Amino acid sequence: MKLNRFGSAAIIAVAGTMLLSSCAANEDAPAASTSGAALSGTLVGAGSSAVGAAQTTWISAFQTANDGVTITYDPSGSGAGRTAFLAGGVDFAGSDRAFNDEEIATGGAVGCAPDSGIVQLPLYISPIAIIFNLDGIDSLNMSPATVAGIFAGTITTWNDPAIAAENEGVTLPSTTISPVHRSDDSGTTENFTDYLYAAAPDVWTTEADGVWPTAITGEAAQGTSGMVDAVTNAPGTIGYADASRAGALGTVSVEVNGEYVPYSAEAAAAIVDESPFIDGRPDFDLSIALDRTPDAAGTYPVVLVAYLIGCETYADSAKAELVKSYFTYMASPDGQAAAAADAGSAPISSTLFDRVTTAIAVIS
Amino acid sequence: MTTAPPAPRAKMRPADRVFSGSTMGAGILILVALAAVALFLIIQSIPALTADPSTLEGAPASFWAYVAPLAFGTVWAAAIALLIAFPVSIGIALFISHYAPRRIAQGLGYVIDLLAAVPSVVFGLWGIKVLAPALTPLYEWLTGNLGWLPFFAGDASATGRTVLTVAVVLAVMIIPIITALTREIFLQTPTLHQEAAVALGATRLEMIQMAVLPFGRAGIISASMLGLGRALGETMVVAMVLSPAIVINFVLTGSSNPSTIAGNIALKFPDSYGVGVNTLIATGLILFVITLVINSVARYIINRRKAFSGAN
Amino acid sequence: MTTTMKAPTTGITNTLTANRLPKWAPVAAFAASLAVVWGAMTILQATAGGEANLAVVVVVALVLFNVLLFVLSYLIEGARQARNRFVTSLVYTAFGLALLPLISLVVTVVGDGTKRFDLQYFTESMRNVVGEGGGALHAITGTLLITGLATLISVPVGLLTSIYLVEYGRGALARSITFFVDVMTGIPSIVAGLFAFAFFSLILNDPGIRFGLGGSVALSLLMIPVVVRSSEEMLKIVPNELREASYALGVPKWLTILKVVLPTSIAGITTGITLAIARVIGETAPLLLIAGFATSMNYDLFAERMMTLPVFVYTQYANPGTEVQVYLDRAWAGALTLVLIVMALNLIARLIAKIFSPKFGR
Repeated sequence: MKLNRFGSAAIIAVAGTMLLSSCAANEDAPAASTSGAALSGTLVGAGSSAVGAAQTTWISAFQTANDGVTITYDPSGSGAGRTAFLAGGVDFAGSDRAFNDEEIATGGAVGCAPDSGIVQLPLYISPIAIIFNLDGIDSLNMSPATVAGIFAGTITTWNDPAIAAENEGVTLPSTTISPVHRSDDSGTTENFTDYLYAAAPDVWTTEADGVWPTAITGEAAQGTSGMVDAVTNAPGTIGYADASRAGALGTVSVEVNGEYVPYSAEAAAAIVDESPFIDGRPDFDLSIALDRTPDAAGTYPVVLVAYLIGCETYADSAKAELVKSYFTYMASPDGQAAAAADAGSAPISSTLFDRVTTAIAVIS
Repeated sequence: MTTAPPAPRAKMRPADRVFSGSTMGAGILILVALAAVALFLIIQSIPALTADPSTLEGAPASFWAYVAPLAFGTVWAAAIALLIAFPVSIGIALFISHYAPRRIAQGLGYVIDLLAAVPSVVFGLWGIKVLAPALTPLYEWLTGNLGWLPFFAGDASATGRTVLTVAVVLAVMIIPIITALTREIFLQTPTLHQEAAVALGATRLEMIQMAVLPFGRAGIISASMLGLGRALGETMVVAMVLSPAIVINFVLTGSSNPSTIAGNIALKFPDSYGVGVNTLIATGLILFVITLVINSVARYIINRRKAFSGAN
Repeated sequence: MTTTMKAPTTGITNTLTANRLPKWAPVAAFAASLAVVWGAMTILQATAGGEANLAVVVVVALVLFNVLLFVLSYLIEGARQARNRFVTSLVYTAFGLALLPLISLVVTVVGDGTKRFDLQYFTESMRNVVGEGGGALHAITGTLLITGLATLISVPVGLLTSIYLVEYGRGALARSITFFVDVMTGIPSIVAGLFAFAFFSLILNDPGIRFGLGGSVALSLLMIPVVVRSSEEMLKIVPNELREASYALGVPKWLTILKVVLPTSIAGITTGITLAIARVIGETAPLLLIAGFATSMNYDLFAERMMTLPVFVYTQYANPGTEVQVYLDRAWAGALTLVLIVMALNLIARLIAKIFSPKFGR
């Protein structure tokens, strides 16, 4: 038995050494930095998994430009990210919502200098597509009340008069609608229910929350991938997911001011510009109170805005410099374009870019 | 009671002491580790237990109202999984130990062990992408034709992500665990017992009933408990496959299924903060207690029928 | 009347061959029931519509076959043989049933996993990789290191404990260890991860701690009960005669255990250990919490985040970029790698068991 135990250990050890002796082919030892700005060090972030794909893009571009820097981002969830940030476990956090007044009032993060504020930047804007699976139908028009009715379970068949009235000329099947919601606690659900509650308060009567209201039953699936799988595999289903994942599924154009707007990056960025910043926050806290019932044309109000959160003043000034340049890169047109290409997000507008740049300047 | 002369004691050599001491030390280490886990769970649970229930998710009447459907779902899903897995596993173990041609038996055992090698994420992916769509027509048939049974009441789930699907995946996950252990035990049945039974004219079934199963009974129960423990605590599969709701019902084919404690933790933990985290850990404590109770019952059953052990 | 006239020709009937169904009977019965069900289904479909379903046909045919064989056997061979045949076919069915998900899984994992199962996958990490390309070397290394350390912790502790329980343990301590080991099997993996995180962040005073050692400890918590329970069962069924024979030769107890008891049960113990490794090597949730997520290589179990294969598979599936298929292919390749690692371990364990177990019996 000893031999067995040592045997399996030895195998692992041998395999381990084999791997140890050969480094990953794509990881060269950091050569002397050729660029002028010789940044080096390690940054650790955690939080929203919605930002995960965008972070991968940003990190690889930033690491390629700065050989000596290693950034890791744990897509462990917004709540976990904010908690870890407050406890000083990570240098920056990604979150599907900004810290609220209560949380800010309880005091700053451990990793920040005493009395430092918290910088919150809306750097990841993503339209949420309302996706459905019906043979031969790529797009449907729906008013907020119809969307809310479907998800609340009051509209139960696809050829319901409410849907038919808004989609003249489309042959709707008589099959049952199976609304699918997210089974996990997520920023996507929070933004989606916030939209329903704000735009169709008569039909949707529960306040926004990251967890789907327990009173409303229906199919549920975990995560964006689970949602997309569920809708893709089952005809007659409807759900909501990051627009970048909508793929070949049918999508809903939602009614805004009497006009049906399909999701698009521009329309999503436009709604963020239309929305006011939350009152009473310092200049470097760009928390947005999203306007779900905008007046402006061409805006798509079902969006998710994720924040990148850092300290105003870091206890460690080297960290501050790293965070500052990393945030600057993420906010830059280059960074935003890269995320748009690889993660399907909507680039921030130039007005927002100006505000963000001013905010990043305070990081020290 | 006459005082029997003290049994002759074996001589204790220093090596004996070291060896027996280290085995006992290992046992105590396990107890300490478990105590630490329990302590951690209890300390972390206190804020949730004392918090105002209206701050909990869904604003239930109390923490217990929140945890009850989850506790039910945990036991329910694991019980169905065990119900499916147990007969199949015993069948497979017997097949390998007593039915299959001896030359290929070991190879077959290896094939079943392969199932144990599949990581839970893959089971989750398989459940979502292969099993759930495949079972959907069956669910529609069941609700259509057997809808009068409470298990198949209401509309069938359109996506197939029901508690039955989860139970099937869990069963597939625990079958190799139960099979591997019972197989080894069946193989260890004394050959003489088996030959004696056959010599008396027993059929293969009677030989198994008389010689193999009594010998392996304690082992079978232990193996099942191990499988049940896995089913109770499985996190990723439930989170990925189930379409959960906070309900208590016995419907196997609907879209509102009772969630399990472990699955619920996996779903809610990443985005929770403050007292929400404590609530989830408190549900973990409840799962701990459930496991404790179920195992006590199993222990009681085993001890009533005194286990066969070569060592006693 | 005619039978009584015919029977006494030899005086003795050969009980081994008389009143038995011919060998081809089960095969014929199955073929017949398959044909009947197929025919019935086709007629039904022709009248009622709908498409042919092979699974339904096979299932109904199996049921019919069992009934047919049972009745035939009952009439010709008697109740005992009929029961025997019935259970035999149940046992075969159970095995077939278990093969279904296995085949389905293997087809899925191998089919989807081989698309990215290339050299690049095993020589590169995901550092600075967006979209296509990249590999899982960092995750494979992490999995091997973390699971290896977890095995190094769990196997000695678990095996020694099971030896204590079977060979030494008496009284309250042994009883409570047995009981609490059972309880331990029910620790949800995510709670093990939470515990490891809370424990290490407390003693190392680092609120953001993520490192490989923590992952090993969390996995050990899940692994130890499996090792203890399986080894305990295997040690229990070692016949007492072997121990007594050894004692009678004057061999000390500890040597008896090491040289007689353990070798006798080595096959079962290695099976148990392999099972335990297989049980934990695919764990995702605890590792996400305590070992973390990384895209670069890390060989140091005691510092920095370490990627593992299950976490790699999960994140590739859950957070893909715009080219979803590329990420999914990487995920399936990771799953295939994981299965192959466990298979290799399993083979090695069997080999070791074969070499060191005593040569007797079957």
